Formats: sequence, C-alpha cells, structure tokens
Amino acid sequence: MSTTEITPYRSTVRPGRNGFAQLLRAEWTKLRTVRGWTIGLVIAVLLTVGLGVLVAVGGSIVCGSNPDGSDSKSGAACRQNPPLGPDGEAVSDSFYFVHQPLTGDGSITVRVTSLTGLYSTHGAIQPDAGTAGLTPGTQPWTKAGIIIKQNTTQGSAYAAMAVTGSNGVRMQYNYSHDIAGDSGTATATSPQWLRLTRSGDTVSGYDSRDGVHWTQVGTATLAGLPSTVQVGLFTTSPGYTVTSDSFGGGSSTGGPTLGTGTFDNVALQSSSPAGAWTGSAIGDDSARALSMAQNEQFQQTDGTFTVTGSGDIAPAGGQGPGAQRAAEESLVGVFAGLIAVIVVAAMFITAEYRRGLIRITLAASPRRGRMLAAKTTVIGVVAFVTGLIAAAVALPLGNHMAYNHGTYVLPIPATTELRLIVGTAAMFAVVAVLALAVGTLFRRSTAAVTLVIVAIVLPYILAVAEVLPGGTAQWLTRLTPAAAFAVQQSLVPYPQVTATYTPANGYFPLSPWAGFGVLCAYAAVALGLAFLRLRRRDA
Amino acid sequence: MSRMSNLSRMSRLSGAKPRGALRASSLRDALHAEWTKLRTLPGTIWLVLAIAGLTVAVSAMSVAATTCLDAECGRDPAKVSLTGVYLGQAAVAILAVLAVSGEYSTGMVRVTFAAMPRRLTVFAAKAALVSGLTLLSGAVAVFGSVLIGRLVMPGKGFTVTHGYPPLSLADGPVLRAASGSALYLVLIALLSLGIATLVRESATAIGIVLGLLYLSPVIAQAVSDPHWHRRLERYTPMSAGLAVQATRNLANLPIGPWEGLGVLAAWAGGAVLVGGLALHLRDA
Repeated sequence: MSTTEITPYRSTVRPGRNGFAQLLRAEWTKLRTVRGWTIGLVIAVLLTVGLGVLVAVGGSIVCGSNPDGSDSKSGAACRQNPPLGPDGEAVSDSFYFVHQPLTGDGSITVRVTSLTGLYSTHGAIQPDAGTAGLTPGTQPWTKAGIIIKQNTTQGSAYAAMAVTGSNGVRMQYNYSHDIAGDSGTATATSPQWLRLTRSGDTVSGYDSRDGVHWTQVGTATLAGLPSTVQVGLFTTSPGYTVTSDSFGGGSSTGGPTLGTGTFDNVALQSSSPAGAWTGSAIGDDSARALSMAQNEQFQQTDGTFTVTGSGDIAPAGGQGPGAQRAAEESLVGVFAGLIAVIVVAAMFITAEYRRGLIRITLAASPRRGRMLAAKTTVIGVVAFVTGLIAAAVALPLGNHMAYNHGTYVLPIPATTELRLIVGTAAMFAVVAVLALAVGTLFRRSTAAVTLVIVAIVLPYILAVAEVLPGGTAQWLTRLTPAAAFAVQQSLVPYPQVTATYTPANGYFPLSPWAGFGVLCAYAAVALGLAFLRLRRRDA
Repeated sequence: MSRMSNLSRMSRLSGAKPRGALRASSLRDALHAEWTKLRTLPGTIWLVLAIAGLTVAVSAMSVAATTCLDAECGRDPAKVSLTGVYLGQAAVAILAVLAVSGEYSTGMVRVTFAAMPRRLTVFAAKAALVSGLTLLSGAVAVFGSVLIGRLVMPGKGFTVTHGYPPLSLADGPVLRAASGSALYLVLIALLSLGIATLVRESATAIGIVLGLLYLSPVIAQAVSDPHWHRRLERYTPMSAGLAVQATRNLANLPIGPWEGLGVLAAWAGGAVLVGGLALHLRDA
C-alpha cells in the first residue's frame, strides 16, 4: 500500500487584488448599474437647469406704460443697463459736479465749511414741489468734496476726497475703494481742508484741519488716466431707506435725498491757466432720483461755492434703474437638484442594508472603514460631476435668458463665476457625502433623506423667505448646513454703501468658503459617527 | 349582514377565524390589521412624538426670536407661534411615507394583499389611521405652540398697548389658525400617503414630498415677476396651505386662509386619487 499524497485544492484562478482601486471599482459598478439612481442624477441636472431657466423667463417685465397703455414696453425693451465701472462692475455714478479741465499734473485744494442735507421719508417728491416736505438731515454717506475724474461720462475712473455725513473724511476711488481719513465733520468753526494731487496715473489725497499741516489719506493708481481730466467740486447724497419687518416679510420705505456742501479757498494748481467753473449734473435722470433734479445746482459768490446734489458714487449693490438681479439667482434650481442627489446618496448605502447586500459587501471587503471611504469617494465624485454639469449649464444659460427677457444681470468677474460653479459642484459633493453618512448611521432611507433635506433647505427657507426676523436669519445661515449657500453669493457688501445686507437680499453672514466650511464640518462629523457606528455594530 | 357581524363577533370571542369561513375583509378588519401594524412598529410612537415635539420646539424658537418694539409692528403673532409646523410636517411626511413604502421594502405588502385583497379598503384604512394619528399629534403640537405664544409673547412686546391681545383659542381667527394648522398636517399626511403609494420607494417618495413642500418658497423668492410670485404663493401646497395661519392683514394675502387650505386639500386629494388608482391597477 502506498500512501497517496493529498494536495489540498488550490484554485487555479489567480486571487483577485484587494486594493482600494478594486473597492472603488466595485462601488462605482453598484452605483452606475442601478437604473433608478442614474435617472435620479440626470433628474438632478434637469431640475437644476430647468428651474433656473424657468425663473429666468417666467417673469414678464412690463415698463413705461402710459395710463392708457399705449406706450407700454415689455421684455428686453425694458432693460436698463447701469453704468459699469473701470473693473466691469455695475456702479452708481450720479452727482452734481462743478468742474473744469486739468491737463497734465496738478492739484486742487478746498476748504469745506459745511455739509447739510434734506431727505424724503415718503418716496419720490412732486416735480414742482421744490424742497417742500423734506426733512433736514444728512445721510451717513452724503458726500461733499473734490474729485479728479477721467471725464463726465458715468462709470469713468476717478479719485475723490470728501467729507461725509457721519463717516468722517474719506478718500474713495474707482467706486469700490474707500479709505478713512480724519473722523471729524465739517462746520464753519471747524472746517475740513481737502487736497488731491495728480502725478501721472497716481492721485494722492490729503486732509488737514488748518490748511497748514497735511496728512496723506491714500494714494490711488488710476490706470490709463488721460492727460486731460476733469477736476472740481462735487456733492451727492444716496437714497434714504428704512427697512421694517411687516406681514410676510421685510419692506423698505424711504426716498431720495439732497446734500449741500459749502466750499471756499478753492485753489487749483496746474501748468495751464485756470478756466471758468461749469456745473453739470452727472448721470441720467432715472438713476439720479429724478424728483431731486430740480434742486440740483451750484452758486459761486466771492470764492464761496455752494453745491447741491443727489445720488451716489459707489458700487451699485443691486440697486439701480430697471429690473436687476444677482447672477446666482439662476442657481435657484440647485435646491431641487440637491434633493435628488440626497435621495440617491442616502439610498447608495441604505439599499445595501435593505437588500442584505451589505453582508456580501463586507464579506468581500471586511475592512469597513475602507468600504465607507470607497463609497464616500464614489458618491462624492459622482455628485461633484453632477453639480458641475448642472451649474455650468444653469448659470450662463439662466442669466443669458434673464438678460434677454429684460432683467439686467449684475456682471461678475470670471473668478467669481468660476467660484459659483465650482462651489455649487462642491456643495453637491459634500451634501451627497453627508447624506451617505447619515444613511449609514440610520440605515433607513426615509429618516436619512428627511434629516438631510430639512437640515439644508429648511434653515434657508426660514432665513431667506423671511419667516423669521433678521437676527435669527443671520444665525441660521451661520450655524446650520444652509450656511453653505454663501458659496453662491456673487454680491459684494461694501461698508460705504448703505443697503440691507441680509440673506434675503443675497448677502450671507459668512464668507463664501467659510460658509461652505460649515457644511463640510457637518459632513465630517456625520462621516466620523458613521464610521464608528459601522465598525461597532453588526451589519 | 347580520351573519357577517355575528361571525366577526365569534372570531373575536374565540380569538381565531372560524375554519373555512370565507368572507370579504371589511373596513373594520382592515383598520384593525393596519392599526396593529402601525402600533407595533417601533418608529411610529417616536414619529408621533416627533411631530408634536419638533413643532413645539421650532415654534418656541420662533417666539423667542421675535420681538415687537412698537405699535402694530407688522408681525402676526398666531403665525409666529405656529412656525414649528414648517418642521413638524417633515415628521408627518415620514410617518405617512413609511406606512406605505415600509410594506413594499419588506415585501409585507404581498402578505397584506393576500389577506385582504380589496386594496382600496386597505388604502382607506391606512389613510384613516395615519390621518388620525397625525391629527392627534398635530392637535397637541398646535396647542403647545399657541400656549407658548400666549405665555411668552406678551413679554416680547406683543402687548395690548401695541395692539396685540394675548393669543387665545376663544378668538375666532386664532382658533382658525390653530385648527387649520392641525388640519394642514393631516392634509400633508394624505399628500405624502398618495405620493408614497404612487412611487412605493420610500427615499424617492420622501424626496418628492419634501421637494414639493419646501421648494415653492425658495422659487417664489427668486421669481421677480409679481404675477408669477403670486401664482406660486396661491397654488403651491405649502405656501397656500399655510395661509390658514394668518390672522391679520388678510386683505393683502395672496390667498384667503380657508381657500389656501382648500388648495392644499386639492393637492392631497389628487395625490390620494392617483395613488389609489395606481394601487388598484398595478401589481403589488
């Protein structure tokens, strides 16, 4: 008898590799082969784009109609393009300008002895009412001062030194730049001296209390400033607004305002002989508070100038003639798209529990953390691509259609547009990861989907649809995952523009990426808890 | 008829079905069966508690955040103290969706229909029970919210001198807001039930329900055209339905309180109709 050697069976099939790449491939296969999920992701794109377009074209703009309806216009004919500043942003540029040309280098010096104002608390005033019915008082940003401006066209480059209603002396240039100088006001007993000096492209601003000791406030480089510019005195005063809470939301009331500045000791130094002063109202009537145009003027007696103007020289900040909107309004469909992505992402894990597939998954890949990492990567990347496609189509398409339908879309720099699109895509990705993590925690799709939708959409509704008062709205958009919508904010808040900076008006309390970081923190915590739960509990 | 009830009485007495007795399942049996299913699910009691708890919690937060500094400060105290319904309805939607799609996900639905082949009877029983539970929980939620408003709001400036008497259910408009909010939750339950019956998959159903509810104010906010804005507020389920919470400034509302609730009722009725039809015509 001979003993036969028994060799244990060894499969001739080479063992499969067990790397992370294989795991990714397995999860990707699971995701793409469930038809409903692919449909869900396509629906996410369609909803995002569709709602964006719907909102863009859904509004019919009608304007300029006579009482008998004869001269009514609609759509693109109503669009009013605001002036654009040197950096391409929409600006307000209307004021009363007492000016003369300045060729080559030179400087202007004045003494401001008073700044007064009048404002309307009840909207536009009658064309022949004069200043009757106006309340005395300056606005915080009523300005009187000196300005060097490329030309008298709205939106042209400038640098100015001005005394303001309650913000001290300011040097401002090219609309968005604002530098604080002396903090005092200008009165007859305590006047302010202002000086602007031009040297090539550079304009420097100085202030002084006595006309002897000068302090440099700032320097502006106005690229491409022509040899001959306009130099002179100006006064302007932005609209007066009061925002109040009312039924179903906040409302604003107010009216146009007037500022009056008194100047003396006007000294112009230049190589060419000084000419006569010309008074011009800058800006078309609609932008310049038409009803105040009747009061704009200047008087010159014995070297004392009194200049009265209305309007503002500042970034437009969403206020201007005609219908305007911020670029991100074309991304309103993102809410619907996110809901679809949340459903798919939560089911990506809960379906495994429901069908018992999780046991096979974990048998094949016993390291649960790696399995979760693979799932997170796959759903994150897929959601990112979904969001990228959706936003990259919805944003330009929606804005193009809104523009063609008569709504002026406030222009944004290319970097901001890129941030809006990539930020939206990143939001899709992180929200998907959050839904996956919550789904892993709960193992039940209904609870997971509801929790994530409620956490993201409900705070936004309560804050933006003005259900809750302003202070609470600020906190909701700071602390909840809805803070991430800050990444879609294209409007820039400026301290030198008085406006209602609330989430309802498109201004979030956190900076774009900080707001996005809040969502990321929620997703990270949820993912951490999901990992612990997955490891500790039986599948 | 009398024989049927005798039989059913017998069955209840003996605790077992009489052998060989074939009878159609009545609505009563269906109710009994559905009630057993619903009450023995561990989630149900938590959801019923959540409807009341979440509603009261958010209402309390809203009340705490709202102050009235001068006369007629433009706030609607009933509306402020019932804000929690915004969140409570999410729990209602889960309750209703799970009542239907829970059966589909476990395959229980085939047992249910094998035992009670009259599907619409089963559906009606489900609808009645989910509505009843929601009404119960919603009533507690609404009562708690109004109570908090009554106790806290006078301290936040909602005083008689500012034109705000304390909230009271004896006051007609406040009673309408409160009872209307409870009915609103019931209609949300029916809307969710109909949609869940139509799509069967719970995650998809809850996504559709919450999208339908929560998207309308977001989109209305973005629509600049006043006509479209008004249309959205008049005809979308949440905006229209919550009009029932208004007690002041009714003339300026896009839709009247009861009319708004009527619009939501039409949505819920439509969803139940389509869901029931699908249930009747489709394979389980």
